[in-house]
Order: sequence, then C-alpha cells, then structure tokens
Amino acid sequence: MFYREVGQFKTNYTADSQVFPILQDKVGIIAMLVIAYVIIPMAGNDFFITTVMIPFLVFTLATIGLNILVGYTGQLSLGTGAFMGVGAYSCYKLTTFFPDVNIIILVLLSGFFAAGVGIIFGLPSLRIKGFYLAVTTLAAQFFLEWAFIRIPWLYNYNDSGAIEVPQREGFGVILTGAAAQPVTRYLVVLSIVLVMTWIASNIIRGRIGRSWMMIRDMDIAAELMGVRPLYAKLSAFAVSSFYCGVAGAMFVFFWLGAAEVESFDINHSFLFLFMAIIGGLGSLIGCYMGAAFIWILPIIIRALPEALGLDVNAATVEHINFMMIGGMIIFFLIVEPHGLARLWQIAKEKLRTWPFPYS
Amino acid sequence: MDILYNILIDPFVQMGSAPDFFLQVLWSGFVAGTLYSLIALGFVLIFKASGVFNFAQGIMVVFAALTLVGLYQAGVPAWLALILTIGAMFALAWLVERIVLRNLVNQEEIILFMATIGLNYFLIGFGEYVFGGEPKPMIAAELGLPTGSTTFEPFGGIVIIEHLDVAAVVMAIILVTALAIFFNKTRIGRALRAVADDHQAALSVGISLNQIWVIVWFAAGIVALATGIMWGAKSDVSFALQIVALKALPVLIIGGFTSIPGAIIGGLVIGFGEKLFEIYWGGLLGSGVEGWFAYVIALIFLLFRPQGLFGEKIIERI
Repeated sequence: MFYREVGQFKTNYTADSQVFPILQDKVGIIAMLVIAYVIIPMAGNDFFITTVMIPFLVFTLATIGLNILVGYTGQLSLGTGAFMGVGAYSCYKLTTFFPDVNIIILVLLSGFFAAGVGIIFGLPSLRIKGFYLAVTTLAAQFFLEWAFIRIPWLYNYNDSGAIEVPQREGFGVILTGAAAQPVTRYLVVLSIVLVMTWIASNIIRGRIGRSWMMIRDMDIAAELMGVRPLYAKLSAFAVSSFYCGVAGAMFVFFWLGAAEVESFDINHSFLFLFMAIIGGLGSLIGCYMGAAFIWILPIIIRALPEALGLDVNAATVEHINFMMIGGMIIFFLIVEPHGLARLWQIAKEKLRTWPFPYS
Repeated sequence: MDILYNILIDPFVQMGSAPDFFLQVLWSGFVAGTLYSLIALGFVLIFKASGVFNFAQGIMVVFAALTLVGLYQAGVPAWLALILTIGAMFALAWLVERIVLRNLVNQEEIILFMATIGLNYFLIGFGEYVFGGEPKPMIAAELGLPTGSTTFEPFGGIVIIEHLDVAAVVMAIILVTALAIFFNKTRIGRALRAVADDHQAALSVGISLNQIWVIVWFAAGIVALATGIMWGAKSDVSFALQIVALKALPVLIIGGFTSIPGAIIGGLVIGFGEKLFEIYWGGLLGSGVEGWFAYVIALIFLLFRPQGLFGEKIIERI
C-alpha cells in the first residue's frame, strides 16, 4: 500500500534509468542520508562512532570491492585482506613522501597501487576458473603477507614492524592520527564510501558492468558475443582491488591508527567473503546489510551477557561468538542462499501488495 | 652475476658438498609431503562424492585430534578414546549431512563452499569451548606409536630418521591402500563412484545420496583423525594446525581435485619442493618462504595445466 509505484509515470528514457526511479526509494534514501550525516554525528557517542560506524563503513567498501569480483564477475577471490594491505601500505609510503598533500587524495591514490597488484594476480583468471582460481588468490594472500613482513622499506624500517599513522591535516582540520576527532573521521569515511558506492553502481549499470555479468553468467558465450575476457576480467580485478585498496587505507588511517600484518590476514579475507555472501552476491545494498550483520552481531553478542547481568568469562563469549557466526552463516545459506538483499527484495514485493496480496 | 651464481649454482654446490644434510632435507620433505597428502586426501574424498569443496577439513583434523586427547585426559583409556573419537567423527558426519548438506542439495558450489566455512567457524568455537584453546601434547606413546630415532651414516655424515616419521609414512600407505580397495572393490565404493560421476543417474538406479554423503564424510573424518594423530605427534595439537591444513589446497591444485593418486603426488611435490626451496634458496629472499612457496608453485602449475596433473579435462559447451 505504502510502497507502490502506481501513478509515477516516466516519460523519457533518462527518467526511467535513474538509480532510484521510485519516489518512496528517494524519500527513503534521503532519510537515511539525514540519519547518517546529521543524527549520528550529533547523537552518537564516540564509542558508537569508532567501534560500530567507522569499521562498518570501511568493511562495506571492502565488501563492495569483493562483490564486484565475486558477485558481478563470478571470480572467487580469497585475497581481499592482502589487497587491502597493499592499499594501506602504499598510502603509508605516499604520506611519508608527500606529507603536505591532503590525506584523502593519497587514500584514493593508494587504490591505484592495489589495482596494479590486483591485475597481476588476476592474470591467472584468464585460464583458471572456480576453486582453482580461489587457490591462486590464496597465493596472493600469503605472498603479500610475507612481503609486508620481509620488506622493511614498506614500514620505514621501524622496529615494531607496524605502520603508525602520522597526524595529517586536510581542509584545515586534523583528519588522521590520535588527535583527530571521531566525528571528523566518520564523516570523511562516510563521504568516501557513499561516493564510491555511487560510482560502483554506475559502473555496474554501464557497459563495463554488463560485460562483467556476461562473463559471470557464461564466459564462453560472452566471448562469442564480443566481450573480451582479457579486458572484462582484468578490469574487474582492477576495480575490485581499487576498492579494496581504498578500504584498506581507510581501515588503517581512519580506524585502527596503527596496523601490523595481522590486520590483513586470511581471516579478514574470509570475513569479507561472509559479508558479501550473507548480504547477497551481486547486490550493492547487500554489501551494506552483510557488513552490518557480520560486524554488529558479534558486538551485540559480546555486550549481551553484561547487559543481562550474567557473569560469563570473555573467552567463553568469544567461543560462543564463533559458534554463533558459524551457525548463522549455515542458517542463512539454508534459508536464503541469495542473502539479505534478496530478503529485502521479497519484503518490498510484499509491501507493494500489502494488505491485499491477491488483488 | 652474483645473483645468478647464488640462484643457479651455489645451492647445488651446497647439496653436493653435504650429501648427508641433503638426504636429511629430502626425508623431512618426504614426511611433510605425506602429511600434506593425507589432508588433501580428505578434501578429495568429499569433493569426489558430493562436489563440495570442504573447507572444514583442516578443522576436522584439529577437532578429531582434540577429541582424542581430550577424552584421554578425562581418564578414558587410549584404545577406548580412539574408538569413541571414531564414533564422534561418525556423529559429526551424520549431523553435517542431516543439518547442512540435506538442506543445500542442488545449490551452487559457492554456497556449499560457504556452508563449509560456516561449519569451520562453528567447529573452531565448539572445539575451543569444549577442550580449551591451549596446545595439547598428542598421546603418541599410549597409542602404541614408536618413538625414538635411528641414525644412519651415509657419505660419512649423519642422517637421523625419527621412527614416528616412518610410522606416519606407513600409516599413510595403509590408509591409501585401504581407501583404494574400498573405492574399487566394494559395493559402497562403486556407489560412491557412481555418485561422483552423476548425482541424478546415481539416484535413478537407487543409490541413496544421503547415505553416501554420511559415508564419505565419515571416511574423511577417519582420514582427518589419522592426519591429526600424526601431525599432533610431530608438533602439539593446536588450532594452528588448520593453517597448515590450508596447504592442502595447492596440493589439490597440482594433483587435480578429483584424483586420489593426484593428491598423493601433489603432496610429495609440495613437500619436497618446499623444504628444498626453503633451505637452499630461501636465504636469498629472507626466510619464511615456506608460507607462500606452495601456493606460488600451484599458481605456476595452473598456468600450464588448468585442470591439475591428474584432473579430468574440462570440456565446456554452450
């Protein structure tokens, strides 16, 4: 009843191909933006912004990157964590060389380094498919992890082997480092993530995105119809790694503050794969939902015993957390293999006919 | 020129000048390779029969070993603990089939793969909850595994061969032979191969898919238990083993996902290659090469044979 496109006529092609063609969607998006830009910075405390919102947004961006590769192009990748690492380390090197340049520009530039590495490790995809390809991306994961430890130049030869984020300013405000306000960091991350989501949605709707999806659905048929696998696959690897690289740079510069190689290990790669699958492969809104689900659920589980006044030790909670996540993943796959995005779509369909489903 | 010398000539000079050490390295590579093969075997069994890429094989190894040690520490005699652990692996196989696989029939491969990752997480949490996270020593002596070592003196040097390693190799050979006989000669084995070939055709001649899956996961569980005992006896039983288990993936790549001999040969190639490279060439790159060498080998291998050494050639049609 409330969600119905009746009476919303489109008179030209441009109007019909808008990102949000339905009025209710537009209103919903504007409401979400108001919440994200006005209400959360005003009402949220530092804990909420730093532990929940910033990582959630960063992980969303990484998930979008992975989803471009897995969900839209059908190339299974287990190396997301390492590509994020490339972004983070190159951003660190860039800001060491150019301390005066606005850090946001450097964060975006570091994505290009990740894209380059992504193209190199994407080359096998021209010959290999499916799980075989997944194992070659593991090669990227382990090789890059090793490189982050063994090449001291990457972390400026400091003794700890970690990268420490220096204080950097942009637009006259402190953006990174210990002195930066959580709200400032949150707004920067939010803006970057939203703009990059918008760009991703347009790439996917365009010629390049369509060629990716053709490759995903059947690569031989796509090739016969004139899609060049070389360009389609490598561009998917490049764009995906670019997104992961930017996410990695933001991960360290706007959230962690300091990072070692453990921040980019294989468990993180799996985490993003979960987010992409639970959220829904081949869906951008699903990336937000998946990241929220996988990131926020454990926080709630950890906080729950305390809120209920139970005295459970931290290790037990951590174990239960693992079991819950594992169980949830299996449960969701059984109930809805196409993820939360599909559930959302079903809900919208139901809303459209509610309360008269048969009329 | 120095670099070329270091890469192309120096390692071989080292091998020639200390042949006893070279033999020792080869032996350790052989043992590591056997153990990789065992883990890979578990993957292959399940992949062949259900098309599921079982990511949880690594944690099944840890889980089986932990159950065994945990039961023993709780006061159960070693032989009974072994039988109970086998029972636990059967229960696990049955539950996995009942709760996970049965509900996911006919889903895409990646969904099934993700489900096994979910299983992986669940078992990590469950195992740590029940048995605790700290490393435990494997009850090798109580199970009747030999300890001690024999020293040989070829070429005027010394080569030390641990009896445990010999036991591992013997056990692997017995296991593989038993599986080969089981697959080729028994009724259930033929049914397994039929399922692997074509699910629908197998169903239509009256083979129960569900039963077959339980059997296969149980067989993989037994392989996991054997692997867990051997790995656990070499180092302690801990959750770090599952990272080692990931090494089985490049082994599979080299061997091909569906081939049992492939798993064995792949394991040996990785085992030998890794140890030789780490010791003779690793110094040039800084140490720790073992972590990624196997994967890079697999990657290079795939560029020439995309279906692995013994994998079936994939013919694609539109």
